[in-house]
Amino acid sequence: MFYREAGDFKVSYRDDSQTFPIKFDRYRYYAVLVVAFGIIPFIINDYWANALLLPFLIYAIAAIGLNILVGYCGQVSLGTGGFMAVGAYACYKLMTAFPEVSMFIHVILAGGITALVGVLFGLPSLRIKGFYLAVATLAAQFFLVWLFNRVPWFYNYSASGQINAPERDVFGIIITGPNAPAWATYLFCLIFLTASAIIARNLTRGTTGRTWMAIRDMDIAAEIIGVNPLKAKMSAFAVSSFFIGISGALFFALYLGAVEVGEAFGIQKSFLVLFMVIIGGLGSIFGSFAGAAFLVLLPVVLKVFGADWMGWPTDIVAHLQLVIVGALIIMFLILEPHGLAQLWRVAKEKLRLWPFPY
Amino acid sequence: MPDQLIYAMEVILNGLMAGVLYALVALGFVLIYKASGIFNYAQGVMALFAAMTLVGIMNGQVPFAHLINAIFGGHITHFGWNIPALLAIILTMGVMVLLAWAVQHFVMRHLVGQEPIILFMATIGLAYFLEGVADLMWGSEIKTLDVGLPQGINLWIDETTYNIFGYGFFIDNLDIVATIIAALLVAALVAFSQYTKQGRAMRAVADDHQAALSVGISLNFIWVMVWSVAGFVALVAGIMWGTKSGVQFSLSLIALKALPVLMLGGFTSIPGAIVGGLIIGVGEKLFEFAVGPLVGGATENWFAYVLALIFLVFRPQGLFGEKIIERV
Repeated sequence: MFYREAGDFKVSYRDDSQTFPIKFDRYRYYAVLVVAFGIIPFIINDYWANALLLPFLIYAIAAIGLNILVGYCGQVSLGTGGFMAVGAYACYKLMTAFPEVSMFIHVILAGGITALVGVLFGLPSLRIKGFYLAVATLAAQFFLVWLFNRVPWFYNYSASGQINAPERDVFGIIITGPNAPAWATYLFCLIFLTASAIIARNLTRGTTGRTWMAIRDMDIAAEIIGVNPLKAKMSAFAVSSFFIGISGALFFALYLGAVEVGEAFGIQKSFLVLFMVIIGGLGSIFGSFAGAAFLVLLPVVLKVFGADWMGWPTDIVAHLQLVIVGALIIMFLILEPHGLAQLWRVAKEKLRLWPFPY
Repeated sequence: MPDQLIYAMEVILNGLMAGVLYALVALGFVLIYKASGIFNYAQGVMALFAAMTLVGIMNGQVPFAHLINAIFGGHITHFGWNIPALLAIILTMGVMVLLAWAVQHFVMRHLVGQEPIILFMATIGLAYFLEGVADLMWGSEIKTLDVGLPQGINLWIDETTYNIFGYGFFIDNLDIVATIIAALLVAALVAFSQYTKQGRAMRAVADDHQAALSVGISLNFIWVMVWSVAGFVALVAGIMWGTKSGVQFSLSLIALKALPVLMLGGFTSIPGAIVGGLIIGVGEKLFEFAVGPLVGGATENWFAYVLALIFLVFRPQGLFGEKIIERV
């Protein structure tokens, strides 16, 4: 009925290669943007921002980053937490060293630094792959966390070993520290998420993305048809770490405010982001959003349901949450290994044919 | 002899003992990986689960007591009996076999033929699930496990070394017992896979699924058996670690420590797992002893991984792993 390509004539190459070729998709996309930028900032409050929206936005960036590496380039990484920590500490050092500079630049620079670190730890991927690589990235995770814990220069010799985000502003609006208004932090993260998603989407459907996918599908065959594995793998590690670094910087500066590295960026975080990517769908930008939304929502829903309605003790709810997350992951892998994104694709396919079954 | 050298010798000995325990966990990984190509991340949590179940059974705890009390009210906690260690170990083994069956029946059977990475993710999910279930069943507080293994400093070694070097080595009795048990376990496993019918069937499955299937070996049965054996290894590892440092969540993290061991030794080699474990155990203790004080300590957290990483760059298949041959 409304979800059709029929009647939507493409008269230029520009039209033909746009991100959302179907009109309904395009309008939906604009509608989401309008709601996200034009409506939510006016009705947001602290609870919604801190419990749901900020973690969702930040994890979505991290999931996009990891999805580029795991989903598009096929290099499994368990070092996400470590790379987020690099972003956070880079951002912290920059914020304290150059208080005058805009936060935008700090966050982007933090992403850049993380990209460099990511390439460094991605180098072994040229020699090893699969599980071996997954375990090798654990080296990054543990080494980086240890480094930030033990070298006082990184946390500016503070007595507690924590890093605290000082108050910084963008165009005169405070966005970090305890006095930052919810709408400002929300918008700041949203801008980064939107930019990340657009960049990632366009990278993955261009030459770069296709070389990544060639490497993922069969690296030797890709090499034979002329894909440079060094360039492809390193660029995947760089781009992925860039996004993860940005998310780490935002996670520290805007969401948590104060970070103890082992707690905030431990191995659990690596797995959490990996689960988002798997549940959302490997190799799909939409999947990164869906997975992040799902795993951010789940604990909140469980807490509201279990602790607030049923009155169960919080530790039982926490354990139940583990059980449910584990069971869900297994169920997803059995029933739909391609994640929420695949369900979405199937739904769209059905919509296009609706009301006919075939 | 200079003091430093004597200290280093003690560190090496302790490292060897720790290495044996790493090797124990790594063994469980290798068994499942060889037979089914599944990289079982849940091995560490299985050790935790086994240890918690053992403690729970020994103390006569009511499973899920906390949950039942929360839902239905009431204050049941214990059945009010204590079960001797040996019987409890046998009962726990029964639970681990049940678990193996459940894993095969509800999870792995549906995932046959999927990519290895999907299987790996499934075991991560399994790890979360098991951890949650274990906490719900037995409560999440730290428990002490005592099945009657000797503990404390070994006086004989202390005295002998004191007479030779003028400095007594500190070696824990438990570590010595662990080493002996690990050696016995490996011997038993080797004997099992070489000389019994089921063991041969297991090796056949490891070699080639389809060929094994076509000569009438039941894959389902073999996989349940392999998971049971891995559960048994997990139980032994759980008893050792649990006695050493208490039954708590950090027990499941030793699984992560077993990963570099595997990478060093190769995923498919039982001797590799043992040698890798010893290298990692000695290496990280020596590194902490020699370099640790210079860089702020706690290098044990990452040394094993970095060592494995550097090693892999030069020898991707590990020490004893099968050579990776790729065809297009």
